[in-house]
Amino acid sequence: MSAARTVREWAPALVVFVLGIALWQGAIAAFDIQQFLLPKPSDIVRSCWDQRHTLWPAGWYTFKEALGGFAVGSIAGMAAATVISRFRTLGAALMPIAVAANAIPIIAFAPILNNWFNPLSPSSKIAMAAVLCFLPVMVNTMRGLQSANPRQIELMRSYAASGFSIWRQVRVPTALPFVFTSLKVASVLAMIAAIVGEYFGGSYDALGVLIRSKAQILDFETAWAGILVASVLGITLYLAVAAAERLVVRWAPETRDS
Amino acid sequence: MTEQHSVVDVSGVSKTFPRGNVRALENIDLALRPGEFVSLIGPSGCGKSTLLRVIGDLVEPSTGSVVVNGKSARQARNDHDYGIVFQDSVLFDWRTVAKNISMPLELLGWDRAKRKERIDEMLRLVELQGFGDHHPWQLSGGMQQRVSIARALAFEPALLLMDEPFGALDEMTRERLNLELLSIWQQLGSTVVFVTHSISEAVFLSTRVVVMSPRPGRIAGIVDVDLPYPRTVETREAPRYFELVTEVRELLRSRGEHLLPEEEAALGQ
Repeated sequence: MSAARTVREWAPALVVFVLGIALWQGAIAAFDIQQFLLPKPSDIVRSCWDQRHTLWPAGWYTFKEALGGFAVGSIAGMAAATVISRFRTLGAALMPIAVAANAIPIIAFAPILNNWFNPLSPSSKIAMAAVLCFLPVMVNTMRGLQSANPRQIELMRSYAASGFSIWRQVRVPTALPFVFTSLKVASVLAMIAAIVGEYFGGSYDALGVLIRSKAQILDFETAWAGILVASVLGITLYLAVAAAERLVVRWAPETRDS
Repeated sequence: MTEQHSVVDVSGVSKTFPRGNVRALENIDLALRPGEFVSLIGPSGCGKSTLLRVIGDLVEPSTGSVVVNGKSARQARNDHDYGIVFQDSVLFDWRTVAKNISMPLELLGWDRAKRKERIDEMLRLVELQGFGDHHPWQLSGGMQQRVSIARALAFEPALLLMDEPFGALDEMTRERLNLELLSIWQQLGSTVVFVTHSISEAVFLSTRVVVMSPRPGRIAGIVDVDLPYPRTVETREAPRYFELVTEVRELLRSRGEHLLPEEEAALGQ
């Protein structure tokens, strides 16, 4: 993709973003909005810089939890989908349940999981993130593995290809765009899970605990700065998955370059 | 090659699909001689695609048997005797054109150098030199179908099975590809089974046209096409060509009392 095209593609979003921040900053001055209701963006950024030695290590601590849960949940989801899709009746029995379970607000289990694992250790947050990532990845991977073009399968059979070859050469490539779509969703969920899990208790090194305690003592600037750190890390994880997708799924329409 | 033995021997083949108890084929007997170009034509629901799939061991017949080169269809499939081309090109989107042609060769365990040599050869054959590194979506429908043909022929299968391969293309592309297919067929001397619902295409291409009638699918008659090869654009204007087209059309009509109006219209093309 040419540099000029990249600029053209991103310019509108950038303009809207800058306008939005400016509007926020202006609205606070114009309507005299109280600092505890909504701090100025400039104050949030300053606070983020002033407290960088507490905020970013806390962010990193939480990010590692999210990353761990993302990895465990996604790998388990892909593995489960692979096994289930091998057996049609098992898939038929489990798929509706998985889809239904996917609609449950699993984040509501956060206090329970804190109770199951040591609430102060990262493991309860990793578990929360893993559970949250598992279902969308499993459901989408299964859908992807079942989406292979029947003609392509017939063609492979006409070549006397083994079941493994068909899986490797047709089912997996067909599933990859589905898998990456779910991984992008999961990357966002993992960060949410880790932070919300920490709201219900966790180590003082953690970002969620920091945001909550700062909000309780009415230090909203720092709380907002913590949210900013969480956003930056969450977006980073998402972009990393999107970059991996561009590398792996070069053929899919949304990654086409020319 | 001896003229006596047949490449494909279909005898007493019937097929009933359990779902809806549909009788797709009833008591089909058909023998194909080596190097023949045989078209199966008939309205939709006459079982022509099912017959193609039975020959290719992609559908198991309910009764009867298929013998290919003296072997069972299953054995023939395991021996890579079939090259198949479907109506849509069924290319693997994640592979380049060259890699698509390479797929059956990889499954056959050919080494890289041998594969590359054959891929270049096939790209020349279908006149797509220089397109090897393109992805399928970068090609037109006609070019995609040529890649599909190259892939089907790359490992020199004894039998080329084509299921309405040009059905989704516009008339002009279709006529050009008809000529190209004939030239490829004459260069390679393979045996072709070609399913179509176009009378003119069937007559123009084939050495024999097998006319099928629906519900249950049966052979209504076989028309020997005695037009000389190589066939050209002029062939389509020859009086004998029109006689044969009429013959096929009448065979279709005589068995066509079950046809739906739109099927009748489709056959009139």
